[in-house]
Amino acid sequence: MISLAGRDILHAWGKFVFTGVGLGLLIGVTLSMAGIYRGMVDDGKALLDNSGADLWVVQQDTLGPYAEPSSIYDDIWRGIRGLPGVARTANVTYLTMQVRQGQRDVRTMVAGISAGEPGTPGWPPYLVAGRQITRGHYEAVADLATGFKLGDRLQIRRNHYTVVGLTRRMVSSGGDPMIFIPLKDAQEAQFLKDNDAIRQQRRRTAANPAFNRPQLPGLLDAVIASQSTNPYVNAVLVQIAAGHDADEIAASIRRWKRLTVYTRSQMEEILVGKLIATSAKQIGMFLVILSTVSAAIVAFIIYTLTLGKIREIAVLKLIGTRNRTIAAMIMQQAIALGVIGFVVGKIAATLLMAPIFPKYVLLEPRDSVIGFVAVVLICILASLIAIRAALKVDPAEAIGG
Amino acid sequence: MKRLPVQKRTLALLVVMLPLLALFVYVALRSGPLAPVPVTLSTVENRSIAPALFGIGTVEAQYTYKIGPTFAGRIKHLAVQVGDTVKAGQILGEMDPVDLGERIRAQSAALKRTESQLSEALAHQAYAQTQARRYVDLLAARSTSEEIVATKKHELQVAEASLKAARQETIRTHAERAALTALRNDLFLVAPVDSLVATRNADPGTTLVAGQAVVELIDPQSLWVNVRFDQIHTRGLSAGLPAQIVLRTQKDILTGHVLRVEPLADAVTEELLAKVAFDQIPEPLPAVGELVEVTIALPAHTSGPAIANAAIQRIDGQLGVWRVKDDTLQFTPITLGVADLDGMVQVKTGLEVGDQLVVYSAKALTSRSRIDVVEIIPGVTR
Repeated sequence: MISLAGRDILHAWGKFVFTGVGLGLLIGVTLSMAGIYRGMVDDGKALLDNSGADLWVVQQDTLGPYAEPSSIYDDIWRGIRGLPGVARTANVTYLTMQVRQGQRDVRTMVAGISAGEPGTPGWPPYLVAGRQITRGHYEAVADLATGFKLGDRLQIRRNHYTVVGLTRRMVSSGGDPMIFIPLKDAQEAQFLKDNDAIRQQRRRTAANPAFNRPQLPGLLDAVIASQSTNPYVNAVLVQIAAGHDADEIAASIRRWKRLTVYTRSQMEEILVGKLIATSAKQIGMFLVILSTVSAAIVAFIIYTLTLGKIREIAVLKLIGTRNRTIAAMIMQQAIALGVIGFVVGKIAATLLMAPIFPKYVLLEPRDSVIGFVAVVLICILASLIAIRAALKVDPAEAIGG
Repeated sequence: MKRLPVQKRTLALLVVMLPLLALFVYVALRSGPLAPVPVTLSTVENRSIAPALFGIGTVEAQYTYKIGPTFAGRIKHLAVQVGDTVKAGQILGEMDPVDLGERIRAQSAALKRTESQLSEALAHQAYAQTQARRYVDLLAARSTSEEIVATKKHELQVAEASLKAARQETIRTHAERAALTALRNDLFLVAPVDSLVATRNADPGTTLVAGQAVVELIDPQSLWVNVRFDQIHTRGLSAGLPAQIVLRTQKDILTGHVLRVEPLADAVTEELLAKVAFDQIPEPLPAVGELVEVTIALPAHTSGPAIANAAIQRIDGQLGVWRVKDDTLQFTPITLGVADLDGMVQVKTGLEVGDQLVVYSAKALTSRSRIDVVEIIPGVTR
């Protein structure tokens, strides 16, 4: 038995394929949009994964360290380390800032990681080039997305850092690439004012008679010294020893250390549910509109394609073709069009569209499968309207006007 | 011949559709989560590790002399400026003596007076002695009464006492004048050793409290570096180790050695402190307080299996590496030995020389990851 649909497609295959490609680009945009949404969520999760923490200990009653500022003393980790079930703790600081390199500057999130060996919480879990930080000062591991290369000299505040390692997919919840530097430098970077401000502060302190007392010559120096220290970090990352319950330890820290603690699931809830909620909804809404519009366009295309063949269908009816055969032909064509569209769309989204976006676009196979099913369903639904129009055709039209 | 056009069309369609399908399969398998992860491999090598410690510090002077008055007072003059070199014993300046000169003059006058009083007492005593002796002789000749002799003896005793008092008074006045002179000399600000004027905190006319420094002197030959090392990275730090010193103002590497490791660590900053001396004091003299990077070379360890620290990961609380065996990934727990500053770490247990392991990967690996071995991870430019 010859395939009517196949014969018809072959009859004008150029038109058919080009329609499919056009449809594919539309589907590609929709898939990309889904990818952007997934990418946003994934950015948030990547941040949590990369920190390697089971618990985040932050300032009391804050949503820190990512969603809200949080600062706690940098020796609090000692008390937490002593709790039963805690395997590792590490101080960490996060600061979003412009990092300068020569003439250009890049928006990054600078993470201060505590000294130790690879595998310490907060350290980049894997590298793509170079090495991990070995010196306690002035070395940096940068994300590839910053565009920095090994050996580059970066300027963060007044200090210069050498890029010794590169990593990938280390981003903040906002998608800014991360730069890892030693904690002590990061504490300084977070706190350090520019030199003018420091001078002015010194002058201001010296002008205050309460601090500048002639009978106590050392007082002014002591006050200035105490003004220029920063014993704070943003959070303590905690890893739990095997066999212990994270929630239990979190409760114990909350109760006895008087600090706020988040577990991994709570942190995810904060990042995905609060931090990027509005922008994610914005993209999600756009995705819904785009999908609806795409569905409508697919329906129109199939309907017009069918109407363009109305004379041929009339001829088929005239020669006694069964309705079922005609309906099958139209539906097969619609599905074929959808499949070509999907294939082109997937290729376009993966190879052409996703790489040019500045932020991460995550094209999940599950989304593709859902997309495929949706495309096929829409095509079937659209073809139903076209079939209805085709079946209503009077065979007389084949010979008439 | 009749079927040829159809075949042509079919062929054309196939020409378009087949590459499209091939591309689709490629895209589905080679991108996204299903794609193999590009990784670079390396082999565990036997090599000796020369560990080193890295710390930062500031240039400090071992000996700092704060020169100031021991009493509250006003600066009369100050002869030195910051940067001057001074010799031991050199007078740097002077505090205002106020009335001290007058008091010394008064003491000198008082001394002269007591000396006169001493002469007077001496004369008195000599006379009384003569008189007493004469009357004793007269009494022997029965020419005077015993009462008069007793009187004369008494007068002699009084004169001798007065003489003694006058002598002591002279000593006292002498001492007092000496004390005032010493006080006067104390108002001079004197350099205790050959040194360099580091600060000049006050100018003539300024009133200072006792002990407040007018100038600070440093001994330029005693410049050293106060280095801070994070406690976690100080294994093996001890006195005598060679050090490389880089001053922030200069790019040259200077040499030095660890003079001592401080017995008191900084409990707040979790750092260990050490003093590193320059083998040769640099010229021009580095500024005190200048930031310095110090690298301490530790003795090289005997060779053993070593890996790059980029390969080390922590998975489920265990430190290890991804070993590649027969094209499959296997997470191998390891224990680490010494490490150097170039990122090489010796492995105590877990790996053998010749084992293949993943150094870099384009994303986090799991034991189910498919890998694609490459020279350089895509995206990395050299």
